[in-house]
Amino acid sequence: MSGTHSRRHVLKTAAAAAATAGAATLPMPALSQASPGRVVVVGGGFAGATCARTVKRLDPRTAVTLVETSQTFTACPFSNEVIAGLRDIKAQEFGYQKIVAEGVVAAFDAATEVDPQARVVRLAGGGRLPYDRLVLAPGIDIRWDALPGYTEAAPGRMPHAWKAGEQTLLLRRQLEAMPDGGLVIIAAPPNPYRCPPGPYERASLIAYYIKTKKPKSKLIILDAKDAFSKQRLFQDAWKELYPGIIEWVSLSNGGKVTKVDPATMTVETDFAKHQPAVANIVPPQKAGRIAEAAGVADRTGWCPVNPISFESTLQPNIHVIGDACIAGAMPKAGFAANAQAKVCAAALTRLMAGQKPDEPKLINTCYTIVAPEYGITVAAVYRPVNGQLVEVQGAGGVSPVEAPKSTREEEAKFADGWFHTITGEMFG
Amino acid sequence: MKSKRTAVWLVLLSLPFGGAMAADAPPGASAPPGASSCSGCHPTSQSVDTPVKRLVGRKPEDIVAAVAAFRSGEKPATIMDRIAKGFTDDEIKAIADWYGAQKD
Repeated sequence: MSGTHSRRHVLKTAAAAAATAGAATLPMPALSQASPGRVVVVGGGFAGATCARTVKRLDPRTAVTLVETSQTFTACPFSNEVIAGLRDIKAQEFGYQKIVAEGVVAAFDAATEVDPQARVVRLAGGGRLPYDRLVLAPGIDIRWDALPGYTEAAPGRMPHAWKAGEQTLLLRRQLEAMPDGGLVIIAAPPNPYRCPPGPYERASLIAYYIKTKKPKSKLIILDAKDAFSKQRLFQDAWKELYPGIIEWVSLSNGGKVTKVDPATMTVETDFAKHQPAVANIVPPQKAGRIAEAAGVADRTGWCPVNPISFESTLQPNIHVIGDACIAGAMPKAGFAANAQAKVCAAALTRLMAGQKPDEPKLINTCYTIVAPEYGITVAAVYRPVNGQLVEVQGAGGVSPVEAPKSTREEEAKFADGWFHTITGEMFG
Repeated sequence: MKSKRTAVWLVLLSLPFGGAMAADAPPGASAPPGASSCSGCHPTSQSVDTPVKRLVGRKPEDIVAAVAAFRSGEKPATIMDRIAKGFTDDEIKAIADWYGAQKD
């Protein structure tokens, strides 16, 4: 079956499902087995795929359509291992077949517009999807206006690799092509951004690659921040595992990248000009484009939500989950997105039944791999307080510092288990 | 007669969506606070390759005892000691009962 054919087919199915649900949602008391409603989920990542599947499992009568541009999902967690040559990208790739088999209709298309009054999502292919509840899980977009020189063409030479897939492989190839002695620069963005420990995990694993394959090379992290996630654990590990390889330049030491020029491979700060062999620019970010189009993003570029239902505080009947939403103390991370998706699915199911959602509690755990068989974590429990998700005091925290090797090995094993479990819940 | 019917329709239309005919939300939508987050690490399916134990179908008292031991530090942990401290005894019992009642 060709891509076009299959897309047309799913759209037709989607339209049929939507039409059936539409007929069933008219307020006719005779239809006691009627669908509780039509739910459209935009975005098939950790948040969206989990939410679509959970809504369908909670009540199979609900008509659920998942809108996603790509038929293959490439997961970000562990993609830094792909960059360092420790893992095949195939281990990051998942398909939507099992989700579809459970009755979710997949529309492999781009959502271009949302009409919150008419409750309709418009697709690039011309389709229209009416909804009773819309879930936006668009992840992040790059802010192309935020870093001079980092235009839409720039990632071709200076990959961000902050959306897994071709960018991940490009950065991998650039490291392989780099001469021994070449300089690698990672530009780390200001908060908030997807995966707070991500740039430092990447630095660690590229340092592993340098240590084992290009021992004359160096890596500089130019940071727009003065502190970062799991900092003590990272810096202890760098001293122990990668002495002399990683240099971290904080904001107050002039670390903020102010300009890049992909043509000359130049990375500038207020104090220095670098010409690295490999420039991995992780630029400032905002919620995925559809959030702005739907009117659910605020001036920060992210989406404020009610922490009980994840319903937008700017538009009724639209929920925002995952990296795109402002989830208080919860980081933009895969585990958090999956947890939010399940809370949102339960809440919107209750809302469609005319019931009030319960006050939730949520967990997040971020696993980071610093080297093969060396894992560290940060975990927290969250609850809504005065409209914000806050950390439960006395709980959570990072892995112990100065722990024995066995602790790091065990956390690396659990990290691997976590990836299997969470991707299994989404796609298995 | 006609106006009465119109009034009924108006009432139905003014109800929250589906409120007129939908049954209560399914029980899964009322899982106790925190329960749905657990399956990020604890697989619900039997076929997942992970050292983390499943909670589905476990005896609730076993789950409660394990979480209490993690919380007190009596049982060695990687992250469960940090997570257990975020839940009250009642919350842990509700989550344990919930998973204990799930079947494969």
